[in-house]
Amino acid sequence: MIRVSPRSSGRVRPSGSGLEVAVWYVMRLTGVGLFVLALAHFSILHFVFDPAEQTAEFIATQRWNQLIWRALDWLLLMMVLFHGFLGMRIVVVDYVRGGTARLLTLSFLYMLAVLLFVLGTVVIVTLPMPGSAR
Amino acid sequence: MPSAPALLQRFPRLASGGDAHREVLMNVLRYRGREGMVAWAFHRISGVGIFLFVVLHVIDIYLVGGDPRAYNELLAFYASVPGRFLEVLLGAALLYHALNGMRIIIIDLWPTMTAYHRQIWWASWVIFVAVGVPGAAIILRPIWLPILRGIGVA
Ligand code: HEM
Repeated sequence: MIRVSPRSSGRVRPSGSGLEVAVWYVMRLTGVGLFVLALAHFSILHFVFDPAEQTAEFIATQRWNQLIWRALDWLLLMMVLFHGFLGMRIVVVDYVRGGTARLLTLSFLYMLAVLLFVLGTVVIVTLPMPGSAR
Repeated sequence: MPSAPALLQRFPRLASGGDAHREVLMNVLRYRGREGMVAWAFHRISGVGIFLFVVLHVIDIYLVGGDPRAYNELLAFYASVPGRFLEVLLGAALLYHALNGMRIIIIDLWPTMTAYHRQIWWASWVIFVAVGVPGAAIILRPIWLPILRGIGVA
């Protein structure tokens, strides 16, 4: 079981130095990044715009009409992939005990991460900009 | 039970000391209630929930380029009444996870803030309600606005 800090109710920082400590800090750094990026993303697409208007055409011609919006969404994708998958790894290691079962679950998890990285990056890079020649 | 700031004043070395002191401090502060356990469980549940949505969401956005018609069909569900209730749930999970996550980060990386643990905990719930209730109202607008119009209020 993971150890939960009674002070913060977060996971206790692993002792020593190395990968596990780095993961602990990466979770917190990406957490701060996501606090801004993920909450802004949700607010823009649910409070400023409404799902009723967000057709594929809306994304191509309005939402992603400038490089900066694509760059910010790609940054959000990177943060959420690292944070989400490292977070799920913590949960899996916590609950899946058997060696083979854990290996299989983690392999599936990492393959899913690579797949989402590819799908997300491909659509951000290849969706034509408004006015661009197809 | 004395308040946390009073405790820290009485045992100044606990607040600034090494791991052994911190261990004692943690045990002392543990008696401040059961919020910690609930906060942890909610954080894990909301984290896994948001993760599952992100998997769906990256795939659906891929469809904007890959199969725009399929994307539009899914979006029609997002804009429907059941879809909107799910979005409120997603927003609540995200807002809770974000606020509680910041609370964890502040206390983990800035241990003296433990003295204000209770204030930070309550402040995060005040923000949760202050942002969440108007947010939910905006998302659910297509449900209540026609009703208000129907009775001639809006
Ligand atoms: C919005 C700002 C966010 C903040 C401030 C935040 C913060 C945190 C923190 C501090 C942790 C604890 C890390 C650890 O135990 O080392 C955590 C865990 C986690 N987060 Fe987030 N997070 C945010 C967004 C997200 C998002 C968008 C997802 C979904 C992809 C997510 C999924 C998770 C998961 C699955 C865990 C592991 C839960 C556990 O160990 O029980 N988080 N988050």
